[in-house]
Order: sequence, then C-alpha cells, then structure tokens
Amino acid sequence: MITIPNIPESVVARHGSKAWPMGLAGAALLVIGSLLSWSIDPQVLGNLSISLNPGGLQIMVIAQGLIAVILLLADKGPLASLDQFADTALGLRALATWTLIFMTMVVVAITVEAGGLVNVEPGAWICFLGAVLLFASSRLVLPTETRHLSEASLPGWVEILIICVIMAALLFGTAYALGLDDAWQFVFFLVFVMGLVITATRAGALSWLGSITTRRRRVLILAAFTVTFLFPLTQGGSDANMSIAAQVLVFAAAAMGLNIVVGLAGLLDLGYIAFLGAGAYVGAALSTSGFATIGWKPPFIVVVLVAGCFSGTLGLIIGSPTLRVNGDYLAIVTLGFGEIFRLTMFNLDGNNGPNLTHGPNGIPAIPDLEFGSFNFGDTHVLFGVPLARFSNYYFLLLLLIAFIILVFYRLNTSRIGRGWVAIREDEKAAEAMGVNVFGLKILAFVVGAFLAGMAGAIKAHVDVSVTPDQYIFLESAFLLAAIVLGGMGTIVGVLIGAVILKLLPEKLRFFADYRLLLFGLLLVLMMRFRPEGLIASRRRQLEFHEEDEELALRVEGDIAEVVT
Amino acid sequence: MTVTAEAVGARPTAGVPLLQAEGVIMRFGGLVAVNNVNMTVNGGEIVGLIGPNGAGKTTFFNCLTGMYKPTEGHVRLSGVELPPKPRAVVKAGMARTFQNIRLFANMTALENVMVGRYCRTSSGAFTSIVRGPKFKREEVETRERAQELLEFVGLGTSTEHLARNMPYGNQRRLEIARALATEPKLVLLDEPTAGMNPLETRQASDLIFKIQDSGLAVVVIEHDMRFIFNLCDRVLCLVRGETLVEGTPDEVQSDPRVIEAYIGTGTNDEEDDEEGTTGAQDAEDTP
Repeated sequence: MITIPNIPESVVARHGSKAWPMGLAGAALLVIGSLLSWSIDPQVLGNLSISLNPGGLQIMVIAQGLIAVILLLADKGPLASLDQFADTALGLRALATWTLIFMTMVVVAITVEAGGLVNVEPGAWICFLGAVLLFASSRLVLPTETRHLSEASLPGWVEILIICVIMAALLFGTAYALGLDDAWQFVFFLVFVMGLVITATRAGALSWLGSITTRRRRVLILAAFTVTFLFPLTQGGSDANMSIAAQVLVFAAAAMGLNIVVGLAGLLDLGYIAFLGAGAYVGAALSTSGFATIGWKPPFIVVVLVAGCFSGTLGLIIGSPTLRVNGDYLAIVTLGFGEIFRLTMFNLDGNNGPNLTHGPNGIPAIPDLEFGSFNFGDTHVLFGVPLARFSNYYFLLLLLIAFIILVFYRLNTSRIGRGWVAIREDEKAAEAMGVNVFGLKILAFVVGAFLAGMAGAIKAHVDVSVTPDQYIFLESAFLLAAIVLGGMGTIVGVLIGAVILKLLPEKLRFFADYRLLLFGLLLVLMMRFRPEGLIASRRRQLEFHEEDEELALRVEGDIAEVVT
Repeated sequence: MTVTAEAVGARPTAGVPLLQAEGVIMRFGGLVAVNNVNMTVNGGEIVGLIGPNGAGKTTFFNCLTGMYKPTEGHVRLSGVELPPKPRAVVKAGMARTFQNIRLFANMTALENVMVGRYCRTSSGAFTSIVRGPKFKREEVETRERAQELLEFVGLGTSTEHLARNMPYGNQRRLEIARALATEPKLVLLDEPTAGMNPLETRQASDLIFKIQDSGLAVVVIEHDMRFIFNLCDRVLCLVRGETLVEGTPDEVQSDPRVIEAYIGTGTNDEEDDEEGTTGAQDAEDTP
C-alpha cells in the first residue's frame, strides 16, 4: 500500500552502524519523555500534565518504547535468537512509523484542544524527538533473511498460554476502549492498537499466530467465548456500554446470517434488514405488550421459532421467482422487497387492511423476557458484579450468535458448502455436474432469512419497541458493508466488521455528521487495496485475485488443510 | 489396476443401446446448427464425433446433456427420455467434460471431484448442521471415492493442488475424474486432447480405454484423426449440422466425402467450397 522509499544503499553503508545506538536512544527518549508532563492543560486527552504519573496515552508510548527495545535487542543483542524467526527489521519499521504518527497526532491534538502550540510541554517534545530518532534508525536497519515463524516449535502449553494472553489483552483492551469517554483518546487507542497489529504482522507474528490457531482451534474457540462471556463482568455493573454491546451483537448476528447468503452462496441481498424486521414484528405482535396485535401468547422459545419460520417463508416467497435470474436482478428485487416490507408495516394500521403493526407508531412497551423466575429486566449478581438488563440480553444474544456461527460453519464445511463454492466458481459447470444450483441458492436465502427472523424476535425485546423506521435500506447497506469490510465468507472477519461499523459511530459521536462519508471512503479504499476484506477467506481472496499465480501457490496449502 | 473396475461402478451390458438420439434438430433463429442427427451408442462402446470446425459437434453435445433444449427430436438413455435439464441428465447417468476446461479453479482437485459426487449423495441442511451418522458416513464415502477416482485418472498425488495451479494436461484429467464421480453410464468428452503434445495424447487415449474397460460407454469429440481412428469403435462425421458418414474408423477414414469435407476437392464444386476454407487448419491432423 503506502510505502516509504528506501534509503539509498550508500547512506545505509555509511551510517548503518549508527542505527542500533540511535534506535536505543530513541526508545529511551520515548520512555523518559512519557514520564514527564506533556501538556500544560490538565483537561486535554485525559490528564497528561503531571510528571511521573503517566496518563493513558503516555503508557501507550512507554509500551511502544519497550517493544522497540525488545525488537532492537532481537536484531542485534542478547535476544538475537528471536531474530532467526522474526522479521525484526520490518517490525521495527512499522512500529517506528506508527509511533511517529502517534506522536505527531499527540502534538496536533494538544495544540488543537488546548488552543496553541505553547501548551505542549517538553515531555511531549522529548517523545517526539525519540520517535523521530527511532524512525530514522529503523530505516537504516536492514531486513535479514528469516525462517518462517510458523516453523518455530514451542511446547503446547506455551501456545495455549499465548492464546490466553492475547484473549485477555483483547478483553481488557475492549473494556478500556469502551471506558474512554473522550473521542480523542479513543482514536489514539485505535491508532496504538493498529500500530501494534501492523508491527506484529510485519514481524511475522501473525502468520505464526495463524498456524497456532489452526492447530489449537478448540482452545481458541473456547477462549474466545470465555472472553466474550466475561466481558459484562468488566463493566462493573454499568449498563451504558452493555447497551451498545447488545446493539453490536444484534447487528453482528444479522451480519452473520447475511454472510451465509452473500459470503457463501454469493447472492447479493440488499433487503436483508426486512427479514430482521419481520422477525421483530412477529416477536412484538406475539409478546405480552399491551399494544400487541395478536392474542396468542406462546412461550418465547416458540415465538423465536415462529419468527424464524415467518422470515424464512418470506425468504422463500421472494427467492423462488428471483433466484432463477442473475445477480443484478436479485439485488434490485431484494432492494424493492426491503422497501415493500417497510411500507407495508407502515400501512397495516387498521385504516388500510388489518391493524397488525399500528403503522408508524409501531408496537411499543414490549416487556422484558422472563424465563421462569429469571426476568431479563432485573439486575442479577454474578461473581459479585451486578449485571443489569442489557447484560442479560447480551448473554442471550451471545447464545444466538453461537448458534448462527455453528449453522454457518457446518453448512460451509459440508456437501452443501462445496456446492455453494462450485456455484460461485462456475454456475453452468456446477449445474452440468449435477449440483442443484437453484435449490442451493434458495436454501441459502431461506436459512439466512430464518436466522435473521430469530435475531429479530430478540431484538424486539432489547429495543422495547418496534417501528418501521428501524428497518430502512441504510441498515441493509450497513450489514453488507460489515461483511465486505470484515471479509466475505469468514466468521471472525464479519464479526470484526460488525463491531467496527456499529461500535465506532457510538464512540465517535463527533463525526456523526460525516459518518456516511467516511464509511463510503473506507469502502472505496478497501475495494481498491484489499477487496477480500480485513480477514480474508482464502478462497475469496483467490476469487478476487484471478491473475495472482503466486498467491494461488501460497494459499494452496491453507485451503487443502481445511479440506482434509 | 485394482481400482479400475470398482472405481467407476455401473457396468451396463455391452452391445445394448444405451444412448439413442433421434432426429435431433437445433435451430438458433434462422440458423440450423444441428439438423436431424441420429446417434446410437451401445454399452461399453467408444464413439467418435468428428467434423470440421462449426459442424455442430459441441451444439449436439449440449443438446444431449440438456444444456440446450433441442428444437425437435428425442434423446433417450437406457430407453428413458431425458428432460432438457443438465442436472436430470447427470442423475440419469450421462456426464460430460467441456471443450474449454471448466473446472472449479479455486477448489482443490479433491474438492472438484467431491462436487461431482453431489448428485449421488443426499445429506441435506439439517443433517449437515446436526452432523448425524448419515452425514459422517457420506462425507467419508465421498472423500474416499474422490481419492479413488483421482488415482484412477493418474492424479493420486496431486489431490491437494488447486485446480488452477495444475498443468493443462492434468486439468483435463481432473475434469474427466469429476465427470466420472457422477457415476455415469456414458461419458461425453469434448476435445479431451486439445492442446496436448503427442505423449499426453497417448496417455489420454490410454485413460479412455481404461474408462471403457470399467464398463462405460464414451463419446469423444476430437480433431486429432489419428487419435480418433485408433480409439473408436465407431465414428460419426458431422458436416454443417448433418451426419455425413457413420461407420467403423476404416470406413470413415477411406470415405472420400470425409476427406472432401476437411480439405476440399480443389475443384470448384460448390458443395465443398466453404468447408474447404474453414476446415483447412484441421487438415494437418488428417493422416
């Protein structure tokens, strides 16, 4: 992507020997500067004005400095045994670049927020100088030939420990990030994390991590679910972030459902939100709300299934005539269906046809769920931490997502999944080889709709009310964007995409006006530089890079590994 | 080879009519691409289909396999009328390969063949999600069968290669393995040796004999005359959508009309004029 031109060899030859001490000096300056005051104004970016009492941003820079020291020592020094496996030089370059970006942003932010460059204290300037030195030194360090990190064999317990540490870091990192009320600090934390991830990628740690995770998939899945399960406990009883988290999970559940349609079967569905809405309306109409329009009050588990079946039937009705035609037509028809659904819900108010939805007013006052004596509206105490309403729904939604992931994964790795890949590859050939193309497309459509319906029924209770304007086209577009951004056909990617698209607007309210602009820009950039998404499905990556023979040879092993 | 017989399965009795195409006509608007062609293929037989470029050979194949719905005529397999739906045709026991290879490029060799097993397996969505005993049994069977078939066509060592990374000759073999995976009684091969060198061509004809040995009938479209006359029990020559000659390789080979159709007579006989130019590039293949 963006590459900084290499320094001429003559310069490297002349000054190469200075790289190492210069880098160490830079790292030392980063640490020392972070212990000093950065800003005169204590109100800016958390409190960075007290020496020897580092604030959040300063701790991040200390961490960057320490990682730089480790990388330098691995490049040439006591930790040199690491160097044979890791690309320390490339890692150092990435780290130095991101540290410099970070410190530049710090200076800019303090200047803007506190009103003038004069507010920047020496500590920040020392750090900035350190970042510059580190950057200069990193350009002089030459990359060495290294063995692939995945060849490094560690004892099993170390690998499991590493997974646990990463998961714990993820848990506390998320909790910390959600706890940041200041948008600037949140942005800085994102930049910090991005820097670390890119450093790790460049140093080769990510490919190594990839090889661990395929070997230890069970441990990883278990750890991931433990972490997500423990997340509400880090909130100390506050429900503010949990309400965001519950919204994120509803969104993620819907995105995973759509991922079956878009990512696996390769069908473009622009009206998917209607299936979520259909489920929500069923959930609301069959609830015990005083405004519910249907007299039947079955237990919730039945409601969820009815909602799923209702959405699935809608999917069947929409799909059967349209799935016989090509992708573009399907996109238009589903787009139309999404609007028809919204307008129908808008108009079923008793004036035109039966009163099922109360029209634009929707169905409000949907009571909380109650399983036996467990009321979802009450606060329950778990391990001494009070868990309020949204935490309860969070757990329920977690269960739903686990179910959706199970359906997704198992369908993908079965005869049906193979059929879907074949259809994506060459529909005519698939048909000629006996694959039931139409049937498989319908299946994807109906399963996707069914899962969305289930999610919708729960969403109705989380949101308390269901109105037509919650299910507009923009929501469908966002679901699709989450899939494209995260990586079509992947589980982790789409979850990450959903979290990014739902969480960022909540935390970065100051750019709410530019939200669509920025997402549009983000998607355009993704399409240009990484069309397969943040986390690429190997097969999708190949489909996007038909000409790239080298890539095809490289990922061949990965695909075969999954198959056998 | 021990897998030969079992690998391909069904073993129809030799000599009994297997495929019967009667009066197949395919019109595209005013153009008659296939005009009243009759073809019978008996069990265990290799039939060649030759003809100059544009003679309608591939169109005829498409009519047989349900990719096109013939304007008129009947196609019967083992006496049962075939509907013009590719999937039903495969299910009935007729599989094909394509002139321009149409593999699933981003799937491994093994997966490609496993897709071929789709129509002979039946695990649905529910079984796949629950992973019941039926699912597991079918998955294991599918995998083993695919592996056997890859060994049968000589690709036993490249099961894990992506189709797009395989050499051209192997892609052709893989396409045949994928067709065999559908448990056909009859395989239609559309130019299986196009672009191959003499060694690869010989290997291809060995493979086709091997398929015949396992009890299947084969129909081959080819331009390589030495290959066709060496391989086939019977040869059908199509010219401009019509059957010109049908007979044993010797009969067809010595028929002056066939030679005319390919290289023209050199005189200004109006029948052969146009074909003489279109068929010129095939002339070098003629022995």
